[in-house]
Amino acid sequence: MGVIALRMLFGDRAKYLGLIFGVAFSTLLIAQQGGLFVGLMLRTAAVIADAQEVDIWVMDPQARYLDTVRAMRPTELPRVRGVDGVAWAVPLYKATVPLKTLDGRIENTMMLGVDDATLIGATSRFVMGTLEDLRKPDGIAIDRAGYQRLWPGEPLRLGRELELNDSRAVIVAITDASAAFTANIIMYAPFSRATAYSPQGRNSVSFILARAAAGHTPDAVAAAISAQTGLQALSAANFRWKTIKFFLQNTGIPISFGVVIVLGVVVGVAIVGLTFNIFVAENLRQYGALKAMGLSNLSLVGLVMLQATVVGAVGYGIVLGIAAMFFRFATQGELRGFYLPWWIAAGVAGLTLLIMLLATVGSLRRVVVLDPAIVFRS
Amino acid sequence: MEFAISCRDVFKTFGTGERAARALRGVSLDVRPGEMTLLVGPSGCGKTTLISAIAAMLTPDSGAIEVFGQNVAKMSIGARTMFRRRTVGFVFQQFNLLPALTATENASLPLRIAGRSAAEANRAAAILLERLGLADHLDRYPDQLSGGQQQRVAIARGLVHAPRLLVCDEPTASLDAANGQAAMAIMRETAVQADRTVIVVTHDDRIYHFADRIAHMDDGRVIDVVAQERVQHQEHAA
Repeated sequence: MGVIALRMLFGDRAKYLGLIFGVAFSTLLIAQQGGLFVGLMLRTAAVIADAQEVDIWVMDPQARYLDTVRAMRPTELPRVRGVDGVAWAVPLYKATVPLKTLDGRIENTMMLGVDDATLIGATSRFVMGTLEDLRKPDGIAIDRAGYQRLWPGEPLRLGRELELNDSRAVIVAITDASAAFTANIIMYAPFSRATAYSPQGRNSVSFILARAAAGHTPDAVAAAISAQTGLQALSAANFRWKTIKFFLQNTGIPISFGVVIVLGVVVGVAIVGLTFNIFVAENLRQYGALKAMGLSNLSLVGLVMLQATVVGAVGYGIVLGIAAMFFRFATQGELRGFYLPWWIAAGVAGLTLLIMLLATVGSLRRVVVLDPAIVFRS
Repeated sequence: MEFAISCRDVFKTFGTGERAARALRGVSLDVRPGEMTLLVGPSGCGKTTLISAIAAMLTPDSGAIEVFGQNVAKMSIGARTMFRRRTVGFVFQQFNLLPALTATENASLPLRIAGRSAAEANRAAAILLERLGLADHLDRYPDQLSGGQQQRVAIARGLVHAPRLLVCDEPTASLDAANGQAAMAIMRETAVQADRTVIVVTHDDRIYHFADRIAHMDDGRVIDVVAQERVQHQEHAA
């Protein structure tokens, strides 16, 4: 009977397309807004995610998230290194530095100064040049999106010069660093040079990046660092979540996106529910005829559920394809930070299922209580 | 004589209070096996309610309805569903063909509902449709068929699973006179067999001569049952 159910569904092409459109529209809203929201939240902690070899982030006890930087004394570094379970610890400098191109364009950049000796703390994704190129005189690395913002439409090229706080800098590498929440251009330089570019002064250690020695967990080592130094030490995962949580709690972003997602569900239930109800109502005599011929209520419910499932699956599939294509297209250029991981796709599938369930409840009831004698009424 | 259908003091009221409509007010009726019985009477006299009850589609308030020895008035919903599936065939006034299915697929529906494979059901339906003169229309959709052809598909659907009871509701109401006569002739020829009973609800007195018996209803009761000989006699006299 499944094939017959599908033939009934596909036979009414206008309503079938209307149902698909309803599901697709609401699912697109949910997927797109969900992806944007997750992407935006992950951008807040992009710097933490990009420093992949770092287990532990150490900072001033008052720091609430990645962007509340309060400089620490350089003497804190050896104290952290002395904590049992720390394999290594390096300084990271983070500051906003004004930038000027030779043709006069002005931007702000997020300057990240990584350890002079090891260069730990930078992204590992390089489009041109390498991490080691940062050792070249006046060498800095710039992210690709930032480069394209400074020189739109021009091909990527190393060796370009610019001014950072009135000091000369040369682009020696181009990275594919994750987009930051503030949309600043992201630059990497060795620690000593980065602090020289900054108007905030020398010897400012924004963070101490550390790694737990073999046999120690990052959380345990972080707790030991906090206990012995009085600094705030968090595992990379915890610091990332703390940063995201700060934005969740202190901005209107979750509510704004949440409202759109709820609207997507409401619109979906309304459009799909109404259209599906009309579809079932117009086919009521057909369902009645099948019931009169001896099709059980259970089979009829299965038939309607199959129709609803196909509508949901096709609408969801179309949307996932569109969303994936859109996100792929959007992440090619400067529009970074769109995110469609498997768990968003799974979440959208769950919400689509919810929409279809809510939308079909009324229709199922009509079919179950349907009097087969309806077929005798003219 | 063992009757195929035996109704005794059947009552059915729809609604309650002032809005109550008493559709059946103590109907008693016996229908013989191997015969075509017409159920006639003015609109609202209870014909459709009675065949709905006989076909196990609604439960009367009181009374007994025995169809081939089974009291359908006392059956559970599930038992009624199984009874309809195995024992009853239907021909509806508005055909109620599924527009998305071909003539063969429509006619095969009772067999599909009974769990037979699509190939087997379609084969059986095609044989019956060919007998009904639709050999060239097996793969046509309802909107590609004339009213008469659609009614023949509906007749095939009513008979394809060899039911012991065929219930027809105004089978000629949507057809012109010629097509109505043709449909009844086909029904008379293919449906009426020794082990099958056919009940036809109709307003169309032009098809009375196809009946073995005619039961007249009025005001929720069967007031008279006339055998075929009397029908012919009365027609002569008229």
